[in-house]
Amino acid sequence: MGIQINKMDTTITNNFKSEEYFINMGPQHPATHGVLRLLLTIDGEIIKKVEPDLGYIHRSIEKMCERDSYQQIVHLTDRMDYLSSHINNEAVCLTVENALQLEIPDRVKVIRTIIDELTRIASHTLWWGVMGMDVGALTTYFYGFRDREMINDIFEETCGARLTMNYNIPGGLMYDIHPNFVKRTKEFIAHFKTKLPEYDTLLSGNIIFQKRMKGIGILSKEDAISFGASGPVGRGSGYSCDVRKHHPYSAFDKVTFNEVLKTEGDTFARYQVRILEMWESLSIIEQLIDNIPDGEYKVATNAVIKLPEGEYYEKVETARGELGVYIISTGTKNPYRMKFRSPGFSNLSLLNHIAVGGKIGDLVATMATLDLVIPDIDR
Amino acid sequence: MPEAIASIVEMVLIAVVYLAIFAVAGLYLVLLERRVAAWFQLRLGPNRVGYQGLLQTMADALKLVSKELTVTIKADKFLYNLAPYFVIVTALMALSLFPFSKEFQAFDINIGIFFLTSISSIGVIGILLAGWSSNNKFSLIGAMRSGVQTISYELSVGLSLLTMVVMTGSLQLSQIVEVQKSGWLIVQGHIPAMIAFCIFMIAGTAETNRAPFDLVEAESELGAGFHTEYSGMKFAYFFLAEFINMFIIAAIATTVFFGAYLSPFGITESIPLLGVFWFLAKTLVLVFLMMWFRWTFPRLRIDQLLVLEWKYLLPLNLMNLVLMALMVLLGLTIKF
Repeated sequence: MGIQINKMDTTITNNFKSEEYFINMGPQHPATHGVLRLLLTIDGEIIKKVEPDLGYIHRSIEKMCERDSYQQIVHLTDRMDYLSSHINNEAVCLTVENALQLEIPDRVKVIRTIIDELTRIASHTLWWGVMGMDVGALTTYFYGFRDREMINDIFEETCGARLTMNYNIPGGLMYDIHPNFVKRTKEFIAHFKTKLPEYDTLLSGNIIFQKRMKGIGILSKEDAISFGASGPVGRGSGYSCDVRKHHPYSAFDKVTFNEVLKTEGDTFARYQVRILEMWESLSIIEQLIDNIPDGEYKVATNAVIKLPEGEYYEKVETARGELGVYIISTGTKNPYRMKFRSPGFSNLSLLNHIAVGGKIGDLVATMATLDLVIPDIDR
Repeated sequence: MPEAIASIVEMVLIAVVYLAIFAVAGLYLVLLERRVAAWFQLRLGPNRVGYQGLLQTMADALKLVSKELTVTIKADKFLYNLAPYFVIVTALMALSLFPFSKEFQAFDINIGIFFLTSISSIGVIGILLAGWSSNNKFSLIGAMRSGVQTISYELSVGLSLLTMVVMTGSLQLSQIVEVQKSGWLIVQGHIPAMIAFCIFMIAGTAETNRAPFDLVEAESELGAGFHTEYSGMKFAYFFLAEFINMFIIAAIATTVFFGAYLSPFGITESIPLLGVFWFLAKTLVLVFLMMWFRWTFPRLRIDQLLVLEWKYLLPLNLMNLVLMALMVLLGLTIKF
C-alpha cells in the first residue's frame, strides 16, 4: 500500500506549479468522518483540486448479496448507510415484496413509515451535531446526541437494536411494536419540539456560523441534476427530488408533508433543508402515530424466497437521498446480480465541483453539509 | 552575603515559587475548562480521580511526563526541541508583572504594559518554529495561520490597552492600580473603556489562539495544527501555555479594567491579603467568559478573521483612542 501511495504522490507532484502543493486529507482525518481520503491540491489556503480516493472500507456487499438469500441480504444493508439502516432494510424488502407481488398489511406500512421518519430525525440530529463540530462549535455534538439517544432507546425497545435495527423482513416486520412504542414516540415528539428551536439558537442563528456557511459550496440546480445529487443536497439547490413525494412507498401517500426546497444551493441552504426536514418528519410521525391500524405485522412468505426471473428496481428516500436497489433474478434463491445506487456516492462526486476556489475551512464545511457516510459510498 | 548575590538568590527563589504556583494553576485551569465544557455539553466531566476530579490533571500531567518524546525523522531537531520552550517561558515571564495584591507583585517595572505586550508577541515565534520545524504540511498551515493571526491581533491588544493608558498616564501596573482607587477604569472611562474592553477580550482570545479563533489548531481542518507532531511533555508545554496565556489575558483585563486587587467599593480594603482573593475572583470570571466563548461559537475562517481585525476592530480602536483622549482632555471621566 505504501508503495502505491508514493507512486500516486510523485505523479501529481510533477504536474505542480511551483506555488501549489499537495496535501493528503485522510484516511485518518477528523473532518472526513470515516476512512475517506481526499487528495487536495492547495495554493496557500485555497483549494485547487479535490480528488476523493475511495475503497478503504469496501466490503463487497453487492457481491456478498449474490451468495445470500433474500432474508439475509436485508441484514447486509444495515452496514451500508448505518445511520439510515431501517430505510435501507425497507428498500430491499420493498423490492422483494413488489417482485413477489405481496399484499402488505397497512399496519406494517404505517409502522415502517414512522420508523423511517424516526431514523431520518436520528440521522439528521447526528449530522447536526457533527456539522457544528466541523465548523468548530463543539457543543452541538452533545445536543444532537442527547436527542438521538431518545430515538435509539425507542428502537432498542421495539427492534432490539439501536443502530443496525434489522426490523424489516420481506413480507413485513420481525416482531410487532413494543407496547410502549406509541407512548415513547409521543414523548419524544413533545421533547424534540422544544429542542429543535434550541438548535437554531445555538448554531443556525449564530452570525459567525452564517458567515461561514452562506455563499460557499454553491451547487446550481443544473449541476445538481447532472451530478445525480439527491436528498437534501439536491433539494438545497432547488431540485425537487424527494422520492417520498414523487414515488410514494409504504404509507407516504397517506400523509401530507412539504418537500423542503431551497434555491440558494449553498451550504447554508443544505443546512436549512435538513433542519426543516426534521420538522416535516415530526409532522409525518404525528399524523401516523395515533392511527396505527390493527392487523397482522407480517404476511407469510416461503421460507426460501425465489424471485421470478426478471429485473427489479425500487427506490426509497434515506436520510442522505435516493437509495436504489436493483436486483436481477434468474429465478433462483439468490439474486444473480445486485446493485445499490447509494446517495452518498453521487453526492461525493460533486465535491470537487463545489469546493474548488474555497478555503480549507470551506471544504470542511461543504463536506459536512454533503453528510457523507463512508460505508454507504464504499459498500 | 554580598548584596548582588543576595538579590540573585531572591530572584531565583521568587522564580521558583512562581513556577511552582503557576504550573499547578495552569493544570487546574485545564480541569476547570474540562468541567466548564462538560457543564455546557450536558456531561459530567472528570469527577473520578480525587474529590470531584481534583487530581485528574495531576494524573494527566504524570502521564504526559512519562510518555515517550517522539521526533519525526525529517524534523529540524534543534528548532523542533526549542519551540515549546519559547511558548512556555514567555507565558511564565508575563506572570511576574501582575499585582496580585498590594504587596504581592514580583516585578513592578515602569513599562509594565509595554513589557506584557512585547512578551506575548515572542510566544508566537515558538508556534511558528514548531509548525515550521515539524516538517508536516498541516503543522505548517497552522503555523502560517498563527503568524498572520497574532501579528494582526497584537495591534488591537496594544491599542485597546493604550486607550486605557491615556487615562492612567502610566504604563506601570502598580500606578494603574493606584489610579483605580477612585473607581475602576471601566467605570471611570465608561463608554470608550467598555469598547476597549470588548475589543481587548476579542483580540485577547485571538492572541491565545482559542476558539472562535482557534484556526491554529483547527481540529476539524488541520488535525492538531502546529503541535501535530509533538508528544509527551513537549506537547504539554504547548497545552499548558495556552491555559496560562488565557489566564494572562484575563489578568491583564482585570488589572487594567477592573481594578486588579481592589475590592468593589472598597469594602474589604482594610483586610491585608484579601486582595489576592479579589484579583483571582475577577480573573476567573473573565477566564470563564473566555471558556464560554470557546464552547459556544463556531470557528472563523482565516479571511474572515483578518477582515474582522483590519476592517472593523482596528479602525474602531483608533477612533476609540481619539475619543478617549478627547474625554480625558475635557475631563468627562467619572471619578468617585
